Amino acid sequence: MIKAEQKPMEEILRYLDPYNKILLSGCGACVTVCHAGGEKEVGLLASGLRMARQKMGKRIQILEITPPRQCEPEFALEMSQTLEKVEAVVSIACGVGVQTLVRHTPKTPVFPGVNTTFLGETITHGVWEERCQACGNCVLEQTGGICPVSRCAKQLLNGPCGGPSNGKCEINQETDCAWQLIYDRLNGLGQLYKLEEIIPAKRWGAESRDRGPRRMAREDLKV
Amino acid sequence: MKAGSHLERVLDKGMFAITGEFNPPGGNDVRAVERKADLLKDCVDAVNVTDNQSAMVRMSSVAASSLLIQMGLEPVMQMTTRDRNRIAIQSDLMGATALGIKNVVCLTGDHHSFGNQVDSKNVHDLDSIQLIDCVRTMRDQGTLLGGVEKIEGEIRLFIGAVENPFADPFEFRALRLGKKVRAGADFIQTQCIYDMDRFKEWMKRVQDRGLHEKCRILAGISPLNSERIILQCGEKTLRKVPIPEGLVGRITKSKDPREEGIRVCVEQIQELKEIKGIHGIHLMGMDLEEQFARIVDGAGLLPRPKVE
Repeated sequence: MIKAEQKPMEEILRYLDPYNKILLSGCGACVTVCHAGGEKEVGLLASGLRMARQKMGKRIQILEITPPRQCEPEFALEMSQTLEKVEAVVSIACGVGVQTLVRHTPKTPVFPGVNTTFLGETITHGVWEERCQACGNCVLEQTGGICPVSRCAKQLLNGPCGGPSNGKCEINQETDCAWQLIYDRLNGLGQLYKLEEIIPAKRWGAESRDRGPRRMAREDLKV
Repeated sequence: MKAGSHLERVLDKGMFAITGEFNPPGGNDVRAVERKADLLKDCVDAVNVTDNQSAMVRMSSVAASSLLIQMGLEPVMQMTTRDRNRIAIQSDLMGATALGIKNVVCLTGDHHSFGNQVDSKNVHDLDSIQLIDCVRTMRDQGTLLGGVEKIEGEIRLFIGAVENPFADPFEFRALRLGKKVRAGADFIQTQCIYDMDRFKEWMKRVQDRGLHEKCRILAGISPLNSERIILQCGEKTLRKVPIPEGLVGRITKSKDPREEGIRVCVEQIQELKEIKGIHGIHLMGMDLEEQFARIVDGAGLLPRPKVE
């Protein structure tokens, strides 16, 4: 899922400096799971902002809302009446959610309250790691189900660089070398032969974000 | 002959080749290039020109290689995939060959977080193996990557690659070398060797795959001294190459660690010459050019051959 972490309080306060009545909107999906932007975090951040503004001698009124999925237009539409009542919005959904609100609020500024960090998985409670870069052409079949695009610091597709030692990446001793993981996995599966194949240059320009923002359209689903 | 470079001819004649590393200056000081060129001129067959080594911004390897040609040396231009996409890579290769550069070493490059522009965006449009394939496509098919668009003129390059026999996973290293050879590597330069036992174990795997007969392998040599051992074992440097404790002791306990480091290299060269499939050595190390000449002399490898 999408991971995010809250921006520094000072930064959010700076965004909100000119405003006295705002909406703080969380999201019930990904950012709830990573404890960055769910209902609980909306409440905590609202309290924090109120206290900080009180200290500054500039009280602020904060409406709170946490739609199930901020990135779905139907929920943004449901929020439209509330959106009209405020001077600005802080969204602690991911960057997608922020932009969904922007699309539905032509006259109210929407600010991000979190930094969207990566597509990742939960390792253990409170620890998340990146697992996918949405590169547009999944290579997991060739790499034992471990993604070198997201997990190798150099995105190498044909094996490890000259840096890893003891299974760790040379850049960060806490990070597993993706190619060590791939090697161990394929070794365990008896599929080391897969490593012999040269994976050709990836088509970043045709398949990835490098061709500009991607769009999918499914005729069977259109209404 | 693939490129007709001096290095290729030395290797083709079955001579024990010597390349040496040259790090371009962190600016445009041509005299700094000249000073190092003078030190390397008579002791190596060709000079590896690093490409922003350790991700530190330096004079470009294309420009520095071209300067070396003007000074009468043969460059081996290093090219990393860290800073260029395939457009820039192919453009630089056209320019480099137009300037008379005949050897290229294809590598990924040290991660930019080790350098002096840590906030940069790393590119890695290609990886080192795909870069080798790209150069070979340009040379042998006369087209750009993709095999369609024709190149004006000929890209004649002797293609090199690198391998670190000491990085993990060890079992992957010879396999990966095989991929580089299949992609088109004509010669290989290894990371510097301190653990000779592990190097021999790696070479055995290379021989088992028959790779020593399909490419020329130049073994990495880099003289140690006390400061370099401290640096290499220190927390802030790359831990790419392990130094066995016995060797650390030999250098640090010696009365003259610098001299001892040179003696170790000479002994290593003698040992390497006995290994099947070692076609030469590659001398490495930042600002160690003065010691290169003494190592080569000590190993009885002077004068360097003049090959027609």
